[in-house]
Amino acid sequence: MPILELTAVSKSFGALVVAEDIGFSVEPGEALGIIGPNGAGKSTLFNLINGNYPVASGTICFDGRDVTHQPPMQRCLSGMGRTFQIPQPFERLTVFENLLVAAAFGAQEKESQVTDLCADILVETGLIAKANRPASALTLLERKRMELARALATQPKLLLLDEIAGGLTEGECRQLVATIKRVHQRGVAVIWIEHVLHALTAVVERILVLNFGRVIGIGDPETIMASSVVREIYLGMEV
Amino acid sequence: MSFIDTLLQGILLGGLYALFAAGLSLVFGIMRLVNLAHGDLIVLAAFLILLIVSTLGLDPFLAAVVAAPLMFGLGWLLQYYLLNRTLGKDILPPLLVTFGLSIVIQNGLLESFTADSRRISANAMETASVDFGGISAGVMPLVTFVSSVLVIVALNQLIYRTSLGRAFRATSDDVVTATLMGIRPNSIFAIATGTAMMIVTVAALYLGMRANFDPTAGPARLIYAFEAVIIGGLGSLWGTLAGGIILGVAQTVGAAINPEWQILAGHIAFLLVLLFRPRGLFPRAMD
Repeated sequence: MPILELTAVSKSFGALVVAEDIGFSVEPGEALGIIGPNGAGKSTLFNLINGNYPVASGTICFDGRDVTHQPPMQRCLSGMGRTFQIPQPFERLTVFENLLVAAAFGAQEKESQVTDLCADILVETGLIAKANRPASALTLLERKRMELARALATQPKLLLLDEIAGGLTEGECRQLVATIKRVHQRGVAVIWIEHVLHALTAVVERILVLNFGRVIGIGDPETIMASSVVREIYLGMEV
Repeated sequence: MSFIDTLLQGILLGGLYALFAAGLSLVFGIMRLVNLAHGDLIVLAAFLILLIVSTLGLDPFLAAVVAAPLMFGLGWLLQYYLLNRTLGKDILPPLLVTFGLSIVIQNGLLESFTADSRRISANAMETASVDFGGISAGVMPLVTFVSSVLVIVALNQLIYRTSLGRAFRATSDDVVTATLMGIRPNSIFAIATGTAMMIVTVAALYLGMRANFDPTAGPARLIYAFEAVIIGGLGSLWGTLAGGIILGVAQTVGAAINPEWQILAGHIAFLLVLLFRPRGLFPRAMD
């Protein structure tokens, strides 16, 4: 049974169609990459999946249940974690508190039972030295790491990563990819929107291509990157 | 000596104003809700304590202990079923609704308790005083001040040391992201207003024991509360205490010069702060 299944999901803002008849599924523990030009509707798709936007039509099933009309909070509680393209830390909380809130409420645990988990995640994401700093004091890389760390603290079964490698240096990107790989190897399903293709292909098993709110292709990375339709639309050149 | 005496009375009076203000500050800090009925809710709580004292014959302090959970429940219901519906991008609906609530509470109290001026009797404590080498201070103002410090210490513990407090701050920071962490903002807001109503009960206890009150006494209390919060700077509870003290000292100094100037002097101090430090003396929130 797939962990996530979208069937004929559509959404438009006025005349602008941002998602049209989208259907795909992700198996438990799978990693799926999503690529597409700017404005293709990638982040919108995440907003539909996690419930920030209501769908106009279609259904979304998560972990065997229909979550199409559930609020984001409910989807978080049933195991959907998300990071934002522009990190959204709780600025006036410390880094550790950001994780504590996520773990205590997102995983419905007592704070005393999740402190070790939060500390482990901070070690894993390389933020332990900043644990007691206010989140507002973090650099871009640290914010992106904290975004990931906080999503992990909710103990998700499915992790939605939105351009988490964008804007990072080569070395920073490698570290982040290594972290995501470890998380994925522990059995967490990942859907990852990314422009940095080599980071993406290092982790994901399949890639989905989106353009004008439609699925153009889905398949293993080699096939997708070799397909002429994808090269034309995504890379903007004819082959 | 009389100047030091005036100063001490002012500082102690500031404790009462800080109690008026702490609940208002908490609610505004967490959900950016300006509760115009805050003063009337204090008066409502004072009548509730009076009712418990007169029907059950309890000591006022015990009566407040009984009233506090009732007020928590009232605050919770009020927020969950009414005020949460008014929260959004537009700041006008909560102002209008709480203004209406203020009128409803005042008239409800007039209907049930008449316009008579009331007082909660604290017996011997009302007149007891302590002597500090020539300067004497009333036990009641001292107890009020100590209570306000305890309330602020407890609130800070709640906000900075507990899971609920972290949820308060996270929701205050970013409601949308908070829901993605599994937080239910509506119930967090309801608990926050419930907590504010427990502080309101403490404020009402001292209001009722120290002075006369009647159903229309709320709005003036609201003004003092607002002034204390703004003088202190939004987002800092210790700042609110400092704001209350400045207001209290200004009033007693004004009254010492001319009894008619008490209220005026407080408002002038407030206006001066607005003029020279519009963000308050100890601002914390940047919004």
